[in-house]
Amino acid sequence: METIKAVQNDIIEEFSMFDDWMQRYEYMIELGKSLPLIASEFKSDDYIIKGCQSKVWVHADLQGTKLIFTADSDAIITKGIIAILIRAYSNQHPDEILNANNDFIDKIGLKEHLSPTRANGLVSMIKQMKMYALAFKTQLN
Amino acid sequence: MIDVKKIRKDFPILERQVNGYPLVYFDNAATSQTPVQVINTIVDYYKNYNANIHRGVHSLSQEATDAYEAARQKIQSHFNAAHPYEIIFTSGTTHSINIIASGYSELLKAGDELLVSALEHHSNIVPWQMLCERTGAILKVIPMDEQGVLILDELDKLLSDKTKLVFVNHVSNALGTVNPIAEIIEKTHAVGAEVLVDGAQASPHIKADVQSLNVDYYVTSAHKLCGPTGVGILFGKQAALEKLPPYQGGGEMIAEVTFENTTYAGLPHKFEAGTPNISGGIAFGAALDYMNSIGMENIAAYEEELLVHGTKELMKIPGLKIYGEAAHKTAVISFNVGAIHPYDIGSILDKMGIAVRTGHHCAQPIMDFYKIPGTVRASFSFYNTFEEIDLMVVALKKAITMLQ
Repeated sequence: METIKAVQNDIIEEFSMFDDWMQRYEYMIELGKSLPLIASEFKSDDYIIKGCQSKVWVHADLQGTKLIFTADSDAIITKGIIAILIRAYSNQHPDEILNANNDFIDKIGLKEHLSPTRANGLVSMIKQMKMYALAFKTQLN
Repeated sequence: MIDVKKIRKDFPILERQVNGYPLVYFDNAATSQTPVQVINTIVDYYKNYNANIHRGVHSLSQEATDAYEAARQKIQSHFNAAHPYEIIFTSGTTHSINIIASGYSELLKAGDELLVSALEHHSNIVPWQMLCERTGAILKVIPMDEQGVLILDELDKLLSDKTKLVFVNHVSNALGTVNPIAEIIEKTHAVGAEVLVDGAQASPHIKADVQSLNVDYYVTSAHKLCGPTGVGILFGKQAALEKLPPYQGGGEMIAEVTFENTTYAGLPHKFEAGTPNISGGIAFGAALDYMNSIGMENIAAYEEELLVHGTKELMKIPGLKIYGEAAHKTAVISFNVGAIHPYDIGSILDKMGIAVRTGHHCAQPIMDFYKIPGTVRASFSFYNTFEEIDLMVVALKKAITMLQ
């Protein structure tokens, strides 16, 4: 299994092939459309993060020593970014997740979506993912 | 008529590029842009006569006080209030509403009723819910129809001798509906209750005459009409303001202070504790001068043309639905395209330099009414052009192609 850093570098490399914002966004929209991200039982108010703009649902499961994230959003661009975040953070050890940062989102030109002013639920989602990691870490110890 | 080319030269920000495209600013209902005339007023204040007002014997303080009070008179004259002291400077519309809500907590008893319109911004809902929690008063809602128009027959049924206050916006921020406030005021006065009108969205387009409307309270923010942020007004009829207790204690709002007892200053100082936003107040006056030099009627007529053009062009897009179809509305178009999320459209328009608002516009009850997560809202001002609307339509079509 690759480390989070390695996955993030893969993503940066993939995005470097795009010439302009439109190709980046088209790719994200594709990601957003293609992924079945969360089981319907978790798409409930218990797992919701309400942004002012878009809604996000996030759920985590421990499999062995790895944390598996599933998530969804009602906005497709938000969902595309979720897909990228899940690719980086899912199937990793809680310690890895807690130590990771999101600089790669800046490097792939999507920083504005992680700005609190966007209020799209993504900032809270990342916080929530770290909270899950913290909770499951305690369980592992 | 309006010379939009000439007007645009007054707004330096309209020259800039955003994400490599010329800025198209269609988020005017959130905040308007600022002309050099207003910017220069602020700069002039800090360069030449920055001083605290109402308490200095020195010349700078006198100059600053004169300019601040002159601005109050400009505002009085713009809204045709009977006296300058009926204009209270506040930090903005929300602050103004909270002054009244706070004062009313001493005037209400359990079982009294307050009426709110279904078209309100959260800032004109939440302070009243808090007030009801404190006092046991009951909040009732004047409903709206599918077009986003208030149902006045329902208002007739709700009004009674239990009604103490009705609050309604002059124009809805989410839909642009112009509410029939004159009629609402008349009906409300007939049962002996007061009316608070939130004029934040109306002020940039409609000159309200508070005396002919006979409104009890009218509130607005400077930044909606080419002024700076952080300053607004509470207009209240003298008798209405006098019966409200002071809002905050502090300097400036007192007549005499001893440790045993304090007597309060008269209007407007009773509600103006502490050092105010002096440059902001003066710049508010300059903003009204600027708007009036163009002419509010000219502004309204031109914006109506922008609204008609924008509505016509947007309606050509398959699947586009406009929310808010009142016969009388300001230059605000709130819309969705098919099932596409407004956040997605807004994000892509931004990449093409076009600033629109997306989301629930701090008016969740309206979005719940239509069962939608939010809308895309394009709001026009007198410095916008037909060409900019066409650019938005082209960009929107591109966004739809990408998202569908």
